[in-house]
Amino acid sequence: MSTVSLPLADSAIMLRRNLKHTLRNPVTVFNAVLFPIVLMLMFVKVLGGGFDVGVAYIDYVTPGLLVMAISYGLGATATEVNSDMTTGVINRLKVMDVSRGAMLSGHVIITTVRALVACAAIIGVAFLMGFDPGASALDWLGVVGVLVLLGFAASWLTVAMGLSAKTVESAGMATVPLIMLPFLSSAFVPADTMGAGVRQFVEYQPFTPIIETLRGLLAGNPSGSDAIAAVAWCAAFAVLGYVWAVSTFKKRA
Amino acid sequence: MTSSAIAVSGLRKAYGDKAVLDGIDFEVAAGSVFSLLGPNGAGKTTTVNILTTLLTADAGTVRVAGHDLATATKQVRAAIGVTGQFAAVDDLLSGRENLQLMADLKRVRSGGQVVGGLLERFDLVESADKLASTYSGGMRRKLDLAMTLVGSPQIIFLDEPTTGLDPRSRRTMWSIVRELVAEGTTIFLTTQYLEEADQLADRIAVLDGGRLVAQGTSDELKRQIPGTHVRLRFTDAGELDAATRLLDGALRDDEELTLRVPSDGESKSLRALLDRLDEHTINAQEFSVHTPDLDDVFLALTGRTSEEAIAK
Repeated sequence: MSTVSLPLADSAIMLRRNLKHTLRNPVTVFNAVLFPIVLMLMFVKVLGGGFDVGVAYIDYVTPGLLVMAISYGLGATATEVNSDMTTGVINRLKVMDVSRGAMLSGHVIITTVRALVACAAIIGVAFLMGFDPGASALDWLGVVGVLVLLGFAASWLTVAMGLSAKTVESAGMATVPLIMLPFLSSAFVPADTMGAGVRQFVEYQPFTPIIETLRGLLAGNPSGSDAIAAVAWCAAFAVLGYVWAVSTFKKRA
Repeated sequence: MTSSAIAVSGLRKAYGDKAVLDGIDFEVAAGSVFSLLGPNGAGKTTTVNILTTLLTADAGTVRVAGHDLATATKQVRAAIGVTGQFAAVDDLLSGRENLQLMADLKRVRSGGQVVGGLLERFDLVESADKLASTYSGGMRRKLDLAMTLVGSPQIIFLDEPTTGLDPRSRRTMWSIVRELVAEGTTIFLTTQYLEEADQLADRIAVLDGGRLVAQGTSDELKRQIPGTHVRLRFTDAGELDAATRLLDGALRDDEELTLRVPSDGESKSLRALLDRLDEHTINAQEFSVHTPDLDDVFLALTGRTSEEAIAK
């Protein structure tokens, strides 16, 4: 077999395994898909009436909920990667000379796919709740692009966290900052309604430009500067996660 | 290929300034069972991890299946199978799927047939389609070993394969190892149990604090350690003196007031011993029969018990 098709075939085999894991673990599915929808209902139906954001709240909040849906799915990946490490599954595969990339990319791909399914569910429920985006077909393509990029970048970072954590519990904890960051962003209310200090943090943290990019695309008036910042943050996450994951993977036996 | 399946010389590994392996040498003949015996923390798993390409050594040369570990890592990996200390099975896959995953990754032709054969051989047919998370400890170990056998590796590494297993599962494991050897597979086995090494291994090496303190066949090693003996404890020094005069080759301990008498442990010779004491109206306060265990090997070879070796 050629040197290119071998890692690809390994990746496909590992992906099939991770897909089975996802389907057999109801908690993973709950965390990744149902929980963001529960949060969505809470924000829109319970809290949203009290927020004045200038537009219909469902139109304002959907982009933030998409990002939140992605970050909620990460905890499961970190614990799965870590249990592969601590139970010896990864060592077994290493000794078998399975392509190094395949063991990790299988997790990255399944996490990204899970994130996109969760996003599709959020968008579906949003439409049921009266979501009225002004996005053109091209804008929608942009939305999908940003979501894929964010899912991919966050997955690499999560895989790295899962690999370097000592225990399954601490692997789950490691992703908490990624889950908390969307709360401290412009996801639920605009940054300029927040107090000093918090506002500066919110304006400069990575999730805000990503959410604003999605918001612009969905409203039909994309913002170039937010988009550049969003892509730059995602690229930085992906590179950092990849380098960290690969070096940890090589070191730990 | 030479007749050595594994040849190790001058192997060293240190973490920081703590030497885990301090220059070890050994050879394993193809088709034989080699056992590395030692207490926890002696460096057994580190040795396995190096020989199976998971860790790199600081110094020394290792040839596995005729390939140099440092330069022909891929060829080494193709020749070996490894079962680690903890059953590395995928809990969310069934037994069959676990085996199929290995067959797919090793690109085994007619993988379904191989998987079916292994399930049958390891008596896992009934639970083949249940998730591995529902398996008992013994079944998990069997599945783990079956996964290692996919693709028929020439050399199999077993790192403490029976630690934590009940006696029955342990015996099952032993008979599987014997079958593998009969088929010509080379087995490298680590264990904390002398009995296990005794039962299975053609050659045994005793590892202590990163050094090999002894190597040989089971019989050669046993000659170096105190064999089965009877221990007598007396109430006063007078009786100890009398008993020492009576029993040839006995070893006395004045502090403990005990006498160690070599014996084969059989009822006939035990009765003879008791009769002799009786004839001379010597009464032992305590009477017990000891068979050698890992502690005795350690005491004899290192002057320390295995607990002390761990505590060090």
